Amino acid sequence: MTNFLIVSALILLLAILFLVFRIQTLVSVLKGSYHQRAGYSNKVNAFLFMAFLVFGLIALYWSYTSSTKDFLPESASEHGVITDKLFWITMGIITIAFVVTHVLLFYFAYRYQYSDKRKAEFFPDNTKLEIIWTIIPAVVMAGLVFSGLKIWTDITAPAPENATLVEIKGKQFGWQVRYAGSDGKIGGYDYRLIDATNTFGMDFSDKSNFDDFVPREIRLPKGKPVQFNIRAVDVLHSVFLPHFRQKMDAVPGMMTTFHFVPKYTTEEMRAITGNPKFNYELACTEICGRGHFAMRMIVVVEEEDAYNKWYKEQKSWLSSNPDYIASVPHSMKNLALEKAGLETETSN
Amino acid sequence: MASSAVSTSTAHAHDTHHDEHEHHELSFIRKYVFSEDHKTIGKQFLFTGIFWAIIGGLLSVLFRIQLGFPGADLTFLKPLLGGWITAEGTLDPEFYLAMVTMHGTIMVFFVLTAGLSGTFSNFLIPLQVGARDMASGFMNMLSYWFFFVSSVIMFISLFIKTGPAAGGWVIYPPLSALPQAISGSGLGMTLWLVSMALFIVSSLLGGINYITTVINLRTQGMTFSRLPLTIWAFFLTAVIGLLSFPVLFSAALLLIFDRSFGTSFYLSEIYIGGEALPNMGGSPILFQHLFWFLGHPEVYIVLLPALGITSEIIATNSRKPIFGYKAMVLSMVAIGFLSFIVWAHHMFVTGMNPFLGSVFMLLTLIIAVPSAVKAFNYITTLWKGNIVFTPAMLFSIALVSFFISGGLTGIILGNSALDIQLHDTYFVVAHFHLVMGSASFFGLMAGVYHWFPKMFGRMMDEKLGYIHFWLTFVGVYLVFFPLHYIGIAGFPRRYYSFTSYDAFSSFTDLNMFVSISAIITFSAQFIFLFNFIYSIFRGRLAPANPWRSNTLEWTTPRIPEHGNWPGKIPTVYRWPYDYSKPGAPEDFIPQNVPLSATPESNLENEMEEAQKEQVAAH
Ligand code: HEM
Ligand SMILES: [Cu+2]
Ligand SMILES: [Cu+2]
Repeated sequence: MTNFLIVSALILLLAILFLVFRIQTLVSVLKGSYHQRAGYSNKVNAFLFMAFLVFGLIALYWSYTSSTKDFLPESASEHGVITDKLFWITMGIITIAFVVTHVLLFYFAYRYQYSDKRKAEFFPDNTKLEIIWTIIPAVVMAGLVFSGLKIWTDITAPAPENATLVEIKGKQFGWQVRYAGSDGKIGGYDYRLIDATNTFGMDFSDKSNFDDFVPREIRLPKGKPVQFNIRAVDVLHSVFLPHFRQKMDAVPGMMTTFHFVPKYTTEEMRAITGNPKFNYELACTEICGRGHFAMRMIVVVEEEDAYNKWYKEQKSWLSSNPDYIASVPHSMKNLALEKAGLETETSN
Repeated sequence: MASSAVSTSTAHAHDTHHDEHEHHELSFIRKYVFSEDHKTIGKQFLFTGIFWAIIGGLLSVLFRIQLGFPGADLTFLKPLLGGWITAEGTLDPEFYLAMVTMHGTIMVFFVLTAGLSGTFSNFLIPLQVGARDMASGFMNMLSYWFFFVSSVIMFISLFIKTGPAAGGWVIYPPLSALPQAISGSGLGMTLWLVSMALFIVSSLLGGINYITTVINLRTQGMTFSRLPLTIWAFFLTAVIGLLSFPVLFSAALLLIFDRSFGTSFYLSEIYIGGEALPNMGGSPILFQHLFWFLGHPEVYIVLLPALGITSEIIATNSRKPIFGYKAMVLSMVAIGFLSFIVWAHHMFVTGMNPFLGSVFMLLTLIIAVPSAVKAFNYITTLWKGNIVFTPAMLFSIALVSFFISGGLTGIILGNSALDIQLHDTYFVVAHFHLVMGSASFFGLMAGVYHWFPKMFGRMMDEKLGYIHFWLTFVGVYLVFFPLHYIGIAGFPRRYYSFTSYDAFSSFTDLNMFVSISAIITFSAQFIFLFNFIYSIFRGRLAPANPWRSNTLEWTTPRIPEHGNWPGKIPTVYRWPYDYSKPGAPEDFIPQNVPLSATPESNLENEMEEAQKEQVAAH
């Protein structure tokens, strides 16, 4: 019943609107306003452009200032501080360009609205003017490009030798990380060795794998460079660490990397943001299927000591999955058991 | 000189050829369905484009509901969407992705490529260069019918059980190659690929025709430097399309091979669904290079016609010559050229060599210069004009606004150091919806309002046009401006929901606000639809030259028949922008008025030309 009422009310409304429209058309025909070149509506439209400009600028100012608290969250990486600065400088420049061009555009629209008494100025070109406004953007662009290039080159330069290595692997739909263990080397892998347990496809003929460990969360030391080695096993994913201003696709069949220096521990960020529940988060930013929006993982940044302690306490993957000892070549069995932190077989 | 002589003789040849046919009465089917007349074909593209715009808009409203009101009860859509509505009445996440994908594909290709270029290139090129029809009417007809079949296939794919393609409009493999990864990559993706292949054929057939017609069928006196900017834009667009669409075609072909014939162009070392696939050695990055080699020029394929259309409309309604005609043409040429060497700015963080990133960043920011020149020239055209605000003029001024606000954020995204944070966030969504989506859409609207009298011989209602414009203009800014903020806060795009993240938990109000604005903006389009359909049948009869414009299409009868001009094709004596020329009695002098007839307003060099004209006439 209510549906019926709503539908009939809608139809009635449309009918009334249509009638108003018809009457309005007939009146204009009678008044002969179609023969005028520009009537009252022209003034209204000109005025509306001015109104749009004024209200638009006020709304811009208001919305901008009231949203800034949620803009670019505090940068927690060293390069992030630099890119943020360039971002805001560029924003400043484009905001100026935006406001100036829009003031001119809408003001001219208003100021030069049609009048019978005036004739437009025949002004087909002016080489000097055009050269000026080709050169100004060119110079500004050049400035921005070169500062950007420098920063980009620094960010993407090879990681320092002493960087902490973290291997991160995306799959539908979740991330897993692998650390090098005591030997500081992440072991080799082969995608054909992947199975439900050995999700990294670790190749146990490579002895660097024996001590690698796979924790549930990502931990990083504060103030030290870390390098992410990024892989994907099924489709594209993308590692996005918003607070560290870092993003890189995970590509099946091709390892990608990025590196950065975390600036604050999680605790420090909790103090800075005033949010006692703050956590660094990792998100996926390359469409990868139905769970794309839920590939979240937490990153914990700690002081170096705490991090080292944690690192030492981690048990190797092999020790929690001793079945895989069987796939270690015979000659390396003992080494594997030892490095994995398991009992060696010589005891029997 | 030689070239103009050639064009004259071909135009004449065409003339006589045409006369032979004049007395046939075409059957209904040949006249309205399988028509070879460029005006009918243009309208066919327009109607199909409008149909697609409604579908594409509807999809965006649906997924905006999900984003603005997560978990809203959509049970009432069950009859339409069936299994895609979950038991709780919410949208299925996979179907969300499918809708985003189809929305993007539909808007970019079917609405703003076919609906915009297809409509206006077809309708206006012969009318504005002074030709009886396109170079090949038959190919032109094929172009529409390939598009039609492609549309039917894409439309069917919306309704199949496994859903339409869902890997984003960029269809990056491996996601788009593996049905195990997402159900839309099954039959839906196959239909997408077939449909797009046909679409490309349609574009190429159309493009070849546009280029040939512009080069060969210009009427006497219509030199390149006297072409209206619309024609320059359509011409350059067709050239860009001709060079870039085949690359998309090959990218799609290789993807078809990978999907169906076990090749490994894009696939390597994949473990999915509990098994390791045999493919080795392919590269997903290769696909991205091929895709964006079309994808970036595609942005300009969509935008240039809108820029051409609005240049014409702004000059006409400011009653002033377009400022810097040569600079406008040169900047379009420059943009067209540069658009081919900036594609990898979409790939800064895909694992591409960072040095390549630097190169592409440099090239990308160069393209800002010709774009800025265009914006300044538009604004200067308004300066000291005598502006008549027709609905078309309003939409054109708004286009300039969108072109600027969307273009400016491109300066940020083109900077690879800044793109690290913003890539694939809502900042990008805001950027391209303004500069490509809204700007081109407004160009399309401006074109429809402006050339409606020539298409249907009747006028659209102006008042409804004004209401439509203001609701849409304000609406577009309310929808897309806040998306910048959401993007700066880091919200990734193509997310079904943000609730699982602390980092993306702000802005729920703003998302709701955006969704409401989107619904209102979308609804406002029905005002246009009503006006459009009503005016076709009941609009006021159009005068011969309602906007007092200079270009040739306004010298044809109210409704031009097949062949466009009943008598001889008019000769052209001047450029199309003689508005408000000092000394002239009226504020416009059409292109077909000889210089010798306007001694009172001729500039110095034109005096000499006027003399030559008279000599030639004797
Ligand atoms: C009613 C007006 C429109 C609204 C409300 C709207 C809204 C949206 C939204 C919210 C997205 C999803 C962003 C994401 O999650 O990545 C999107 C995607 C997209 N839209 Fe629109 N849009 C509109 C009109 C247009 C127009 C006119 C175009 C033409 C260029 C367009 C082109 C696209 C493209 C290419 C995508 C990306 C699809 C993808 O990620 O695969 N949209 N739109
Ligand atoms: Cu993902
Ligand atoms: Cu691009």
